[in-house]
Amino acid sequence: MLSVLAKRFVTVIPTLIGVVIVAFLLTRVMPGDPAAYFAGPAATPQSIAEVKKSLGLDRPWHEQFTRYVSDLMHGNLGNSLSTGQPVVTELKTRLPASAELTLSGLILSLCIAVPLGILAAMKQGSWIDHICRIVATAGVSLPVFFTGLLLVYIFYFRLGWAPSPIGRLDAFATAPPNVTGFYLIDALIARDLETFAAALSQLILPAVTLAIFSLAPIARITRASMLAVLASDFVRTARASGLSTRTVILVYAFRNAMLPIITTLGMVFSFLLGANVLVEKVFAWPGIGSYAVEALIASDFAPVQGFVLAMAVLYVALNLVIDVLYGVIDPRVRIEG
Amino acid sequence: MTYWRHSLRPDLARPLRIDAEGRVQLGRSMRKIERRAFLKSATALAAGSAFATPAVFSADAQSRKETLLLVTENGPNNLDIHGVGTNRPGYEASWNCYDRLITHEKKTLPDGSVVYDRDKFKPELAEDMNIGDMSATFKLKKNAKFQDGTPVTAKDVKYSFDRAVTVGGFPTVQMKAGSLVKPEQFVVVDDHTFRVDFVKKDRLTIPDLAVIVPGVYNSELLKKNATEKDPWALEYTKSNTAGSGAYKVVSWKPGVEVIYERNDAWVGGKLPELKKIIWRTIPSSGNRRALMERGDADIAFDLPAKDFSEMRKEGKLTLVSNPIGNGMYSVEMNVTRPPFDNEKVRQAVAYALPYQKIVDAAMFGIARPLFGGKSNDVGTIDWPQPTAYVTDIEKAKVLMGQSGAGPIDTTISFDLGDTVNSEPIAILIQESLASIGINATINKVPGSNWRSEMAKKSMPLLVNFFSGWLDYPEYFFFWCYSGQNAVFNTPSYVNKDMDALIDGARAAAAVGDKANYDKNVEGFISKAWHEVPRVPMFQPYLNVAMQKNISGYSYWFHRQVDYRSLVKA
Repeated sequence: MLSVLAKRFVTVIPTLIGVVIVAFLLTRVMPGDPAAYFAGPAATPQSIAEVKKSLGLDRPWHEQFTRYVSDLMHGNLGNSLSTGQPVVTELKTRLPASAELTLSGLILSLCIAVPLGILAAMKQGSWIDHICRIVATAGVSLPVFFTGLLLVYIFYFRLGWAPSPIGRLDAFATAPPNVTGFYLIDALIARDLETFAAALSQLILPAVTLAIFSLAPIARITRASMLAVLASDFVRTARASGLSTRTVILVYAFRNAMLPIITTLGMVFSFLLGANVLVEKVFAWPGIGSYAVEALIASDFAPVQGFVLAMAVLYVALNLVIDVLYGVIDPRVRIEG
Repeated sequence: MTYWRHSLRPDLARPLRIDAEGRVQLGRSMRKIERRAFLKSATALAAGSAFATPAVFSADAQSRKETLLLVTENGPNNLDIHGVGTNRPGYEASWNCYDRLITHEKKTLPDGSVVYDRDKFKPELAEDMNIGDMSATFKLKKNAKFQDGTPVTAKDVKYSFDRAVTVGGFPTVQMKAGSLVKPEQFVVVDDHTFRVDFVKKDRLTIPDLAVIVPGVYNSELLKKNATEKDPWALEYTKSNTAGSGAYKVVSWKPGVEVIYERNDAWVGGKLPELKKIIWRTIPSSGNRRALMERGDADIAFDLPAKDFSEMRKEGKLTLVSNPIGNGMYSVEMNVTRPPFDNEKVRQAVAYALPYQKIVDAAMFGIARPLFGGKSNDVGTIDWPQPTAYVTDIEKAKVLMGQSGAGPIDTTISFDLGDTVNSEPIAILIQESLASIGINATINKVPGSNWRSEMAKKSMPLLVNFFSGWLDYPEYFFFWCYSGQNAVFNTPSYVNKDMDALIDGARAAAAVGDKANYDKNVEGFISKAWHEVPRVPMFQPYLNVAMQKNISGYSYWFHRQVDYRSLVKA
């Protein structure tokens, strides 16, 4: 097991080097001149040159790259120009916000999609199969910002059930002392149920929005892989041996159908983490997606590089976890690895 | 589950009570401290209850009545206007946290809105201003203190002004606009007396001392935080306020919120009523509107015209709208290359623009027309004032015929950062120009690229907005029409006679020669209207929505919120 992990780690290194180079080059070939943008109104060519110099953008590319890499070695991702903060600090505060939202959305989505997928596979062509298809199609075809705005309109503006969509906490609430960066967990650690409730209430609408969007791939994959497994010999044998349907489905069939589901989950999770920009915008959620997009609009190199790097590391780590999970779920993978 | 619902409106308050099963129902407007206190006693009463008192918490005893919740699309990227690339919201932090020597008086307009008075100044940190022939002397208020308790002295003022003219970038350019160019101009006479020497006579020098840039910084504190690489401590002031202003920033989460607290020792003016300001960034305009209409936010600033016009119809909120001083949207044509080097073609464009449609459909009527005036030979120095152009396609066709230019293919460029306004305008113009034989394709330029595209001066025709802080016509012309060919002179219009008129107006203003000033200003406006390198369309408005219990809002040249005069009833 350890040697498998070590092997996997070695393959990660060239990937990361590649990501560093690509992140650097991509941001340099982006259109837009950050110096002109940040010189502000009433800029003169001279003041643009001054800004350029103070940002180090007047140096040749290779020199900028060397400096970037050496900073990276020291754990310094540079400063964001548009928020004025070190990128590392920003990522540290924003990643938990995105992760909390994405995880909640994903868990919610799992709770609905997996049972739905299993039922749809068991009763192919029945009304539940159609519901699964409709839900999946609707979820994936409704743009997230639309679902988000619709939910805000109904549950906040019309009914007044949800709190105002102004980020992770009400403007008058105090954030819990920072331990994990996940407000729900931090509030529990601080044994502050009121803040927990406040954070949870802010989380529900955006999490539901994300869940609706991610239902489709999970439900469909669950259904497809369950169908494949249910048609296989060992399920027939299990049934013939007189095992209860419950045991057959959950212990034999579902466990074997889980591999593709886990793979999809990993993809969906990393995709949601980076791509929930729109949800973050709608709910004023201070996550990394909106951070990266704002930086991109302002031609703010450092955060974009930091974002790409962070996402790459996360993606790699996630794949590692999934590989390990494969081994736990399916012993055959362990032996082959 | 109503106990999650946090409303910021006191009038929605519900009493705190315990229901039949002994569960606590939290009153929605209860102050946190009260809730906690109550929870404590509730816990004590119902021993073994699930509620535990939190261990670590700063007492948040601010009453909501003394706290303002402001929502805008963007937050600051820097709390100091002297910083590299400080954005517009950053100016707001600077304005409220630092004092200047002088500031503007205010006046009430016929529509009841309060605006700054361009021509009247009053002391802020200074108690007395004495303008001599080639210098101005200021006596500082003796009881003025920085927020850390250090007294404000003349050497702080000198340090701050030296900083502004030295750090480069925007602050230095802005100081230059008032002929404030080098540290030698700023003289410490004694601890409480400060003098500005003029390099030349310039009417804009005194107004330029009342803009945001020449704020007064705590020099001792800044020197302590300066480093070799950063001699002016820009890193420190980026996220800390070091002024003597009415508010100080106590918490700043970039892209999320800024929290200010009142400086109770402020001597720059009447002590503000609001003790705390919470400024949240809400990117979605729909949600800002929902927050306002639900009564959860107190002020929404800089609203899109569409939302504003709809909210005005509903009448639930106080809405204030002021024309943006010295600002206009215009169509600008590059005069250095064909086809727009031809004056007849430019005039044809000026007669072909669908002005009224633009004001109605793109701006929802919330704009002041700058077309359809009496004559292009103007008889007043009002600024901005309308041209005599109107939509007259027949006349435009005749002018196109006279110009000798064949069918024209060109592009209309606009700034994607201003899509809300510019895109519908560009589409309406495209449609209209097609009817006089000008086929234009639309070129959307990303916001980050817009300024460098402007600087290249290669766009043939563009929709653009410009406004100047200092509200004088010669200031506008100095940036947009003069031979220095600044980045805002996108048509690259360079003309000796025009320069003579602009210089003449500046010189006449400096010595107070009214007759000569008027002659020159009328001269350059008329010349600009006849030759039309840029076709003015309209003056836009700055739109603000407030709850009915908020008063004291005033419009400022810098187009940001001044918290100091706001009152929450």
